[in-house]
Amino acid sequence: MSDPMRIRAQAQGDKTTVRVLVSHEMESGQRKDAAGKTVPAWFIQNISATHNGKTVMSAQWGPAVSKNPFMQFSFNGAKAGDKVIVSWTDSKGDKRSDEAVVT
Amino acid sequence: MKWNLPGLVVLALLPLAAAGQKTTAEGIAEYRAMLADGNPAELFEARGEALWKQPRGPKNASLAQCNLGKGPGVTKGAFVELPRYFADTGRVQDLESRLLTCMETLQGFNAETIAKTPFGRDEQKTMESLVAFLSGESRGMKFNLPQVHTQEKLMYAVGKQVFYQRGGPYDFSCASCHGEDNKRVRLQDLPNLTKNPGAGDGFGAWPAYRVSSGDLWGMQRRLNDCYRQQRFPFPGYASDATIALGVFMGVNGKGGMSTAPALKR
Repeated sequence: MSDPMRIRAQAQGDKTTVRVLVSHEMESGQRKDAAGKTVPAWFIQNISATHNGKTVMSAQWGPAVSKNPFMQFSFNGAKAGDKVIVSWTDSKGDKRSDEAVVT
Repeated sequence: MKWNLPGLVVLALLPLAAAGQKTTAEGIAEYRAMLADGNPAELFEARGEALWKQPRGPKNASLAQCNLGKGPGVTKGAFVELPRYFADTGRVQDLESRLLTCMETLQGFNAETIAKTPFGRDEQKTMESLVAFLSGESRGMKFNLPQVHTQEKLMYAVGKQVFYQRGGPYDFSCASCHGEDNKRVRLQDLPNLTKNPGAGDGFGAWPAYRVSSGDLWGMQRRLNDCYRQQRFPFPGYASDATIALGVFMGVNGKGGMSTAPALKR
């Protein structure tokens, strides 16, 4: 089971800025372990955010994204108290979804 | 000739562009500021807090009653007063060696086994998260290591000795790099750990998340790597020598602000 994401969403006027810190190994598949064997690739492939059921951000990630990545984006139309849900799916099929309240 | 004229213009502009460039230190500071907003150490802090409260080990107990020097279970402000003398063990202990004691007495783990475990594995992994959480509990507070007990004064003197002790194939000591102002390794500015602000900034930034390795390093691992870079044999985990160094740096950094768990390249 993966660790929760740290999500902060701040509204300023019409614009809401969301900062997400994701806990993930993000193995590129290019590294070798101490025994010389390739560490299998394991990374987040899809990540998206929804607000009131509407997708406000979606991205496809690959092996070049760092371990424990940080992501920031902004969208329009959210008010304080609204919920933003961020979810990801990785290359092993693991999923995780966390939510934050807009402040 | 048609080509040369624009070329000359570009050449003439070059010195101007160079003058407008940031210094390396500014560049690194900017890089840190960009990353600080999403410091992955936060993930370790959250995990550490959960581990602190979770009943674990052979005795299935939590660490919530662990005494870090300010009374059982008090976490706020404990980090900025460590290493300090503990009457129950009769030793001066830093955060990590104190946690070893608590993990042994409260949870029933074998402290010796944990000390021998390579960094980043098994209970050492637990340790990373715990130190992130506990140092985070004192974020923004000022270092105020006690120097009251004879043992604490002795450890400062020993730490000073160890800091200036030259040896190894490079005839190096900690002081070779950290004993003067304005030293650096490649592009990295090195803090002068013998006085403030260097001692407070340097000592007060660990534990930290290292972007280059994607790990959280405690002070013990930091010191271990300092010794690797000096080509010394590795010091024992939570050994008195490393604790003495902690006392030396921490006392020198008195009044400096703790930024741990910080973010490092």
